[in-house]
Amino acid sequence: MRQVARDKDNARIPRDPAPSRWRYRYQRLMLTPGFRKLLRIGAPLALIAGIAGAWFGQEANRMAVQATWIELRDEFQSRPEFMVSAMDIIGADGDLSGQIRDVLPLNFPVTSFDLELEDMRELVAALNAVESARLRVRPGGILEVAVVQREPVAVWRTAQGLKLIDAGGHFVSPLQARADRPDLPLIAGMGADAALDEALRLYAVAEPLTEKLRGLVRLGDRRWDVVLEGGQKILLPSDNPVRALERVMALDSAQDMLDRDIALVDMRNAARPTIRLNPPAAAAFRRTSGKLQ
Amino acid sequence: MRELYESQRAMRNMRKVAMQRGVIAILDVGTSKIACLILRFDGPERFRENDGVGSMAGQSAFRVIGAATTRSRGVRFGEIDAMAETERAIRTALQAAQKMAQVRVDHVIASFSGARPRSYGLDGAIDVTGAQVEEGDIGRVLAACDVPDYGAGRHVLHAQPVNFALDHRSGLADPRGQIGNKLTCDMHLLTVEEMAVQNLIHAVKRCDLEIAGLASSAYASGISSLVEDEQELGAACIDLGGGATGLSIFMKKHMIYADSVRLGGDHVTGDISMGLQVSMSVAERIKTFYGGLVATGMDDREQIEIGGDTGDWEHDRRQASRAELIGIMRPRVEEILEEVRARLDAAGFEHLPSQQIVLTGGGSQIPGLDALASRILGQQVRLGRPLRVQGLPQAATGASFASAVGLALFAANPQDEWWDFEIPAERYPARSFKRAVKWFKDNW
Repeated sequence: MRQVARDKDNARIPRDPAPSRWRYRYQRLMLTPGFRKLLRIGAPLALIAGIAGAWFGQEANRMAVQATWIELRDEFQSRPEFMVSAMDIIGADGDLSGQIRDVLPLNFPVTSFDLELEDMRELVAALNAVESARLRVRPGGILEVAVVQREPVAVWRTAQGLKLIDAGGHFVSPLQARADRPDLPLIAGMGADAALDEALRLYAVAEPLTEKLRGLVRLGDRRWDVVLEGGQKILLPSDNPVRALERVMALDSAQDMLDRDIALVDMRNAARPTIRLNPPAAAAFRRTSGKLQ
Repeated sequence: MRELYESQRAMRNMRKVAMQRGVIAILDVGTSKIACLILRFDGPERFRENDGVGSMAGQSAFRVIGAATTRSRGVRFGEIDAMAETERAIRTALQAAQKMAQVRVDHVIASFSGARPRSYGLDGAIDVTGAQVEEGDIGRVLAACDVPDYGAGRHVLHAQPVNFALDHRSGLADPRGQIGNKLTCDMHLLTVEEMAVQNLIHAVKRCDLEIAGLASSAYASGISSLVEDEQELGAACIDLGGGATGLSIFMKKHMIYADSVRLGGDHVTGDISMGLQVSMSVAERIKTFYGGLVATGMDDREQIEIGGDTGDWEHDRRQASRAELIGIMRPRVEEILEEVRARLDAAGFEHLPSQQIVLTGGGSQIPGLDALASRILGQQVRLGRPLRVQGLPQAATGASFASAVGLALFAANPQDEWWDFEIPAERYPARSFKRAVKWFKDNW
């Protein structure tokens, strides 16, 4: 009979080749593929994360890292390759250039990392006189601002004063006096800017009258009046005003109608063009026609 | 019967899980050594695609990736005697095998040689319900077998259908799809002592492993040591182990009888130890180095240093001639073989058409055993070594690993057992309910 109750002193059999229960379990655990992977990848990661966490836990270390980072970043960004030293404005006249320089207050030299080109482009494009803008940093450290300027095509007289507007009816700039831009047609009245292309066509038709023509007045946002020298007016219909004006121009060239003492030519009813004479002319007309009768 | 079905089916499910995982351990708990093999299943023909030979008896489906042996402790007569010691020995073997395989195993198929196996021949007969024999009929005919009263405290280890007969045609391997009226089946039932099985399961569970199958080591050695035609024509495999000698009789590729003699190589060692007045370990060494069974004139002159470490010069310089050693060993081996003979006679082995006897196991390595065995057991005796399987280390190819290798083959291609077929529907309560409904319909 072998000894069943173990002697405490000889509890361990000296040359027992058997692994203990825990050693056996440990070996099995180490042979488990998932656990091995965890040890191989997870443990180093956890160690690194732990060390990093402990180090960053210190306020001073965080500050130092931040300071170093900022210093390195500034040093890199202020390298001469990235510096912008001048602004070149293309496609703008002197007045607009001044405005652009006002809205883009840059203290050159500045690093290109600090330039928010899209924001700056929007600022420039928001200027009234600018139709579109394109910004880029040209090699050589030059900020190129290429703008397409709005071309004023007409002068619009409103209650607030004279305005220059472009072909789309957009406001370009205010105008001090009509005499500053005598080359541009003058329009007036509410909604005149919206019907600008019609006004320009009418101007083209009224080419022979250029020296007599004072301007076009939009009435009721519906139809045009052509105002001539001396208060003479041509009232055009809302439908097909160009054709009506052409008829007037034909009458004028055939019979010099507008040189006569006429206050108003009313073309609103195409079937019955009407003229109004000035009072002396009307009296003379009445007299002569009475004599005839 | 129900709980038998359930426990064995649970093991089968474990085996399936292990197959899916691809790694399974083989544990042969013997009296003198515990062998552990770790098998990796990679599907058939993985390693020898361009080899024209094809699969070798199906065992090319797996590969041995770990093997370890340790001296067994706490096992007597093939049964666990001291649980804690056996558990440690199992742990040792498993750890070494896992270390070699570099893989963790969770499922183990175990075998043991002792536990007093007893064989029963069962038969059952049913009338086939349909025109052809269906899968369900097989389950029914198996369920119709009369289970003998094998006694309380015993456990069914194997229950294998070995023969089917349809009307007057016998010897059918697979009656499914055949036309007939009366289906008969013969079944071989092997029971062992319940406690031995429980102890083994407990010891394995304590090593954090799941049992995926149990087999008798006599059966396992038969699978690995008998060649195919021996299994077909009829042969007995005698596994001379350390504490028990297992014998299994095969016929038509089925085991039809298994038994175990509670005598083995350890008894030979004990005799040497007593006869020469040496310790068991010295006796074991003398047996393996100088052992034999047939004495010649030369053996009288060959002196063996017996040795000793008592300090007494006369005692420590003792010598014995090899003839003396043979004189001690031979009667014990004769006794074992005669006991085997008696079991074979009881089983009716002489009625088999072929009476091939294959000796395997560690005890079969005694020189001169084949000559002695042919005088006791009959003329057709040969020494058997287990089949070669892929990846098995050279050290584990000897006869003493017959049951471990057989168990590996068993793990790869298990024999159909009773519990692999569906339980017939009559056993379910739903059927009786249906019958009640039918009775109501008929009578109301």
